Amino acid sequence: MDLTLFVWRQKGPKDPGKLQEYKAKNISPDMSFLEMLDEVNEELVMEGKETIVFDHDCREGICGTCSQVINGIPHGGQERTTVCQLHMRKFKDGDTIYIEPWRAKAFPIVKDLIVDRSALDRIIQAGGYMSNHTGGAADANAILIPKPAAEMAMDAAECIGCGACVAACPNGSAMLFTAAKVTQLAMLPQGRIEAAQRVCVMTDAMLKEGFGNCTNHYECQAVCPKGIKVSFIAKLNREFIKAQLPL
Amino acid sequence: MQFLSSSVGRKIVMAITGLMLLAFLVIHLFGNSLIYVGWINAYGEKLHSLPPVVWAFRLVMLCVFAVHIYFGVTLALENNAARPAPYAVKKNLRATFSGRTMIWTGLLIVVFLIYHLLHFTMRMTNPDISNSLDELGRLDVFKMVVFSFKNFAIAGVYIAAMMAIALHLSHGVQSFVQTFGLNSDKTIPTVEKAGTGVAIVLFLGYVSIPLVIILGIMNYKG
Repeated sequence: MDLTLFVWRQKGPKDPGKLQEYKAKNISPDMSFLEMLDEVNEELVMEGKETIVFDHDCREGICGTCSQVINGIPHGGQERTTVCQLHMRKFKDGDTIYIEPWRAKAFPIVKDLIVDRSALDRIIQAGGYMSNHTGGAADANAILIPKPAAEMAMDAAECIGCGACVAACPNGSAMLFTAAKVTQLAMLPQGRIEAAQRVCVMTDAMLKEGFGNCTNHYECQAVCPKGIKVSFIAKLNREFIKAQLPL
Repeated sequence: MQFLSSSVGRKIVMAITGLMLLAFLVIHLFGNSLIYVGWINAYGEKLHSLPPVVWAFRLVMLCVFAVHIYFGVTLALENNAARPAPYAVKKNLRATFSGRTMIWTGLLIVVFLIYHLLHFTMRMTNPDISNSLDELGRLDVFKMVVFSFKNFAIAGVYIAAMMAIALHLSHGVQSFVQTFGLNSDKTIPTVEKAGTGVAIVLFLGYVSIPLVIILGIMNYKG
């Protein structure tokens, strides 16, 4: 396959950056999207030009590092798929592909397609944990957890923090990310103790980092590679309302 | 951080005030529909005979509107600032036109509301047809409405404004169910359809009056 790429090139955080055209030639349909970029970079190396800088790590769809908006959709639009698991057979010979970084005030661009997502870490640091006393290991079944609660917590825990929800949200909001962690911990008895405080400090930390507010577009759910649902945001809203009520 | 500066807190304020405005639209449509049974002048007379009730109601509505607009505008500005550099190419898979244009339909509704109050409540835009009395000495609301909507420009503006309201509602109604945390995976598709349904029903209800007047089905025989 031969493709025309328009890739966002930006030297550093202060550089204005621009879309640059590249030709990707003799691309195998069996390649992953990242392997296709590797091929383009090989060519650039041969030509003595600076390679396209992009984030990647596991290349098996579980780490959430590969942050690219492909033709206007974070991770390229294949359902529940990260960029590394997107294959070139999804494209046609002669296609034009636009590749941009996540765009949000809270995700400053480091270089080309790499953004700094540490704002998500700071939301977790604000309250995305549960406090435990250390000591002897507790008996495994000392605290019983109903199966549906455990399932829901596990579903929410699937979030890999890739930031696609932010990249897709028309408001640049990290509410789905925050809601996944709030739900995961609120469903478990150990996490309930700090649930009221957690939902407040995490949503406040989200705003402080410069993310927008959720206005229920549900665009986040549509692009999430791990299938995190907006019903978790409804759960976060319930937790927030509960936190306001006098006990 | 306090409730009114938090992200979810302000979302809840938008939902509560939005729900109150929706309740107003339902009550207002009920009042308007009295035109079909010939009670519109009596209804107007009754309201005008209860100034404390009417003014208390107006004051509450003004506060609700002010809060909804203030938070709506500030949230929209904040959300806009959260993505300073736009995408060269952006495709929405799920976000709707009505959802993405909330701030614009909202502002259009404010402009229309001011005109609507000048037109029907203060009766300043068309004084020639708006201040006559019926044979019982009551303000002739029926004549005012019929003569207004016989004017294509007035009817057109009204219908366009109702479209803006319908678009605003089709996102807003389903949105408050989510904001109050009443949604689950199973309810979301139904709630979205119901929101659009409520918007369509209210739209048809409001637009039916100028339509029957333009089509000559309802006329003034004075």
